[in-house]
Amino acid sequence: MTNADFRQLWLCFGQAAAQNKEELNRLDAAIGDADHGTNMDRGMQKVAEQLTSSPPPTLQAACKMVAMTLLSTVGGASGALWGSGLLAASKVFPDMDSCDDKTLAAALQAFVSSIQQRGKAVAGDKTMLDVFLPATAELSQEVDHAPAASVIPPIAAKAKLWAEGTAPLLAKRGRAAYLGPRSIGHIDPGATSSALWWDCLGQVMGASK
Amino acid sequence: MKKIMNSPDTLVAEAVEGLVISFPQYLKQVPGTHVLTRVHPKPTGRVGIVSGGGSGHEPAHAGFVGYGMLDAAVAGEVFTSPTPDQILEGVKAANHGAGVLMVVKNYTGDVMNFDIARELAEAQGISTATVVVNDDVAVENSSFTTGRRGIAGTIFVHKIAGALAEQGASLAEVEAAANNVIAHVRSMGLALEPCTVPEAGAPTFTLADDEIEMGVGIHGEPGIERQKMRPAHELAAALLDKISGDLPLKSGDHLACIVNGLGATPLLELAGLAREVSMWTQSHGMTLDIVWTGEFMTSLDMAGASLTLLPVDKSLTGLLQAPCDTPALRQGVAHD
Repeated sequence: MTNADFRQLWLCFGQAAAQNKEELNRLDAAIGDADHGTNMDRGMQKVAEQLTSSPPPTLQAACKMVAMTLLSTVGGASGALWGSGLLAASKVFPDMDSCDDKTLAAALQAFVSSIQQRGKAVAGDKTMLDVFLPATAELSQEVDHAPAASVIPPIAAKAKLWAEGTAPLLAKRGRAAYLGPRSIGHIDPGATSSALWWDCLGQVMGASK
Repeated sequence: MKKIMNSPDTLVAEAVEGLVISFPQYLKQVPGTHVLTRVHPKPTGRVGIVSGGGSGHEPAHAGFVGYGMLDAAVAGEVFTSPTPDQILEGVKAANHGAGVLMVVKNYTGDVMNFDIARELAEAQGISTATVVVNDDVAVENSSFTTGRRGIAGTIFVHKIAGALAEQGASLAEVEAAANNVIAHVRSMGLALEPCTVPEAGAPTFTLADDEIEMGVGIHGEPGIERQKMRPAHELAAALLDKISGDLPLKSGDHLACIVNGLGATPLLELAGLAREVSMWTQSHGMTLDIVWTGEFMTSLDMAGASLTLLPVDKSLTGLLQAPCDTPALRQGVAHD
């Protein structure tokens, strides 16, 4: 992954957050407080602004910048989780213009581990991890055998299904957990925005072939 | 949706400015933040107390910044935890060399953001302690889930921790007292009408004319059960029975109570509810030593109320009755 790919990824996610703001709010209204789209969009517009006005020189710097921006603009659980995760990932990314596939997989792994640590959620808790855990697990396995540019797009294509797979789950973390059984039947908004992110990663890495 | 605002995007920032304009004798803004802090800070060597959370719960938390309660309040976006950088500014403003207690309501986002802020504060050499309020008995407590929510019982934590800090107690002492309150304070609420989040523009759920939502939190999220509307004495009993069974309370207990409006409930109805609480405690052989009736922890324009009970002894009663002077709670002022 190059620094330009990384920038493209976040610009793409920024557009996706803006386009899906109402839909994410609607999903959140069912089991939370109707603001997931608003919060992600606010953070992502700031990220896009920063990436365009003062593009960081290296992958590490760019990842750290996105982390700090989300940490200070999104708020709520999402801001803390995306921010903590990206801060951990930035420590894996090199202070250079690009990184190899294994480093990218390791950075994603660090992202996920940090989110698990901060949020204490596990697979099946109806959270963003229900997209990120299977996706990074597949990536870590397959990146040994094939280039990320061909491995990531098919994983990304499954992300939406993983997000939709949160519907029958009983929420165990976050505000949806207060609903108990009434959380069943609704797709998790955090998993949905995570799937949008994977869709962007798939597009960017697919185009880098 | 009809709301007195210029835009949902600017509502919180404009309200923070408006609070300073409304209460200049109490509040000042840390420039560039949504942190409100005391105009007259505590003396050096006293423990500072910071609270905060999403906006939409006014007067919590900025309304309780002042002598005898909080040193700083951090306001997030509506129903959204404030960010760690803002919380850190609150901690710095509240630090007078004896450490800072952070009073956090138990929500995933708040707990995580305050946690990150604590790491940042410790890195700057400020000693901090965190207590997490989880008084809502509507939500089952379980170590496998997020656990109970923090709601209006938080205000008793502010008051008791604040009174002790004013007396010169150490950070460890204030933390222990706050945790003791948290271990015993219980609340539960019900909604007659949902609230409308300014950004979303539509009510978060709908209720028929004869329906209430039992066990609501303070973010417009649905409660635990849809029930039929009924008279005040039955509603009070439903909430109090659940709280009482959870503690459990027994005959002879002395209690402090908060009769809290959720934002769109007339004081007339809250006062009627306070009377029902008194009747209920009498009939159960308990003594109601302190009642605070009004709006303490709201949920935007939600109609409904929550009840909070805390079993008290002489020492807790003393701390609850100790003087305080804040925009939303003033007591113990000397006069002829």
